[in-house]
Amino acid sequence: MAKPMEEIRWQDLEIGATVSEPGSSREYKTGSWRSLRPVVDKDQCIRCGVCWLYCPDAAIGKSEDGHFEADLDYCKGCGICARECPVGCIHMEIEEG
Amino acid sequence: MARERRGIEVSLAVAEAVGQADCDVIAAYPITPQTHIVEHLSEMVAEGHLDAEFIPVESEHSAMSVCCGAAAVGARTFTSTSSQGLALMAEIFFIASAMRLPVVMALANRSLSAPLAIWNDHTDTMMVRDGGWIHVFVENGQEAYDHVFWAFRVAEDPEVRLPVAINIDGFILTHMIEPIEFEDDELIRRYIPEYRMEKALHPDNPVSMGCFGMPEIYTETQMAREKALVDSYATCVKGWEEWAALTGRRYNPIETYRADDAEYCIVTMGSLGETAMAAVDELREHGEKVGVIKIRLWRPFPFADLYRAVDGKEALIVLDRAISFGGPGGPVALEVRSAMYRRPHAPAVVNYVAGLASRDVRVEDFKAIILGGKAKAAAGDTAGFTLYGVRE
Repeated sequence: MAKPMEEIRWQDLEIGATVSEPGSSREYKTGSWRSLRPVVDKDQCIRCGVCWLYCPDAAIGKSEDGHFEADLDYCKGCGICARECPVGCIHMEIEEG
Repeated sequence: MARERRGIEVSLAVAEAVGQADCDVIAAYPITPQTHIVEHLSEMVAEGHLDAEFIPVESEHSAMSVCCGAAAVGARTFTSTSSQGLALMAEIFFIASAMRLPVVMALANRSLSAPLAIWNDHTDTMMVRDGGWIHVFVENGQEAYDHVFWAFRVAEDPEVRLPVAINIDGFILTHMIEPIEFEDDELIRRYIPEYRMEKALHPDNPVSMGCFGMPEIYTETQMAREKALVDSYATCVKGWEEWAALTGRRYNPIETYRADDAEYCIVTMGSLGETAMAAVDELREHGEKVGVIKIRLWRPFPFADLYRAVDGKEALIVLDRAISFGGPGGPVALEVRSAMYRRPHAPAVVNYVAGLASRDVRVEDFKAIILGGKAKAAAGDTAGFTLYGVRE
């Protein structure tokens, strides 16, 4: 969005509050909701992609080295990846601060 | 220009009008007393008389959802419902106006359950009064036919882009056979040209509609919505003026009958206006200075027109066809009282509720209501409302 949401006046809105800039939800970072953080043990990871498949927020992506990692800007720490990982290589750590 | 005058059931005339308007998508679920409208439309599509998608759905919730989807891609869209069907639509009804989707609805007004009642009053439409749609009330079959075109004309205007509900009293109008003047298709095409929607859903130009709205932005979206509805007034009036120029039939937000020199006026909305006119004629013969004020445009509410019509009157006797349970009266009286508050020399406002579930309101009843209201106003007895004719 061109302007931060707090600065948009009612006159600035498009008709019906339509958003004509695709993908603008990326700018809304929800990672701060998280109380637990997924941590991957790369030595154990078999790169199967089950975590990627199960992540309800599509917050897990493939990193350059072929492992799967959560994007912490969007990961809400639900722990589904840790629960579903077939080799148990993901554990959830408490976020400090 | 050839103008055909035909005796026809009003529901069928409404359906014919939707066909003449060259509607693209119709999604509806049958419910009494709206059924004949969509039944006839489905026949028109099935028999190839109307090139439209008729989408039979499993519920009214789906009907309105389909209409929103169709309107979002820029299709000319129509639906029709009543009572419980409108209740089931309510969730999406509000979304249609919030997303500024110009759906047109023929709302065959009917009581809400319980007890189960299929007959006519205004309890269904009052449920969605605050739903952000333009609401117009018609009084007879010709007005119902004419307002289908007007509704598309206003709804699709780029300055407006809002859904419009045409309130048509169930049975009293929908099932009446009336002589109706049909306009030819060429005139209709001039009045409502082909519709092109700005920023419609299209893969070439992706847009998102109905997004998540945080506290930081929701207030602004509601202001935009309120402003759009209030500002639609000008196009509503313009639409009527254009229609009058083409057909000679003229409509106004507030209409009056023998009201200029009247001291007391009965205020009505919908088909009972004609009975009120007959009652006023009879009372005038006995020297009563009475008139009729008819509210045609319910949303946006035409405050200035109302003031022009009623300033200087002694009292307004408002006939409501619904109760705002636990509140101070019927919804129309609430509006009129609020409009008169602290206005210098405002007329007193007396409220009657009558005609629930099609209980007859005859000329004699109107006379009793007008004279009763006059007496109440004189006595200063103007609080609350009277449920006319209730046995107790």
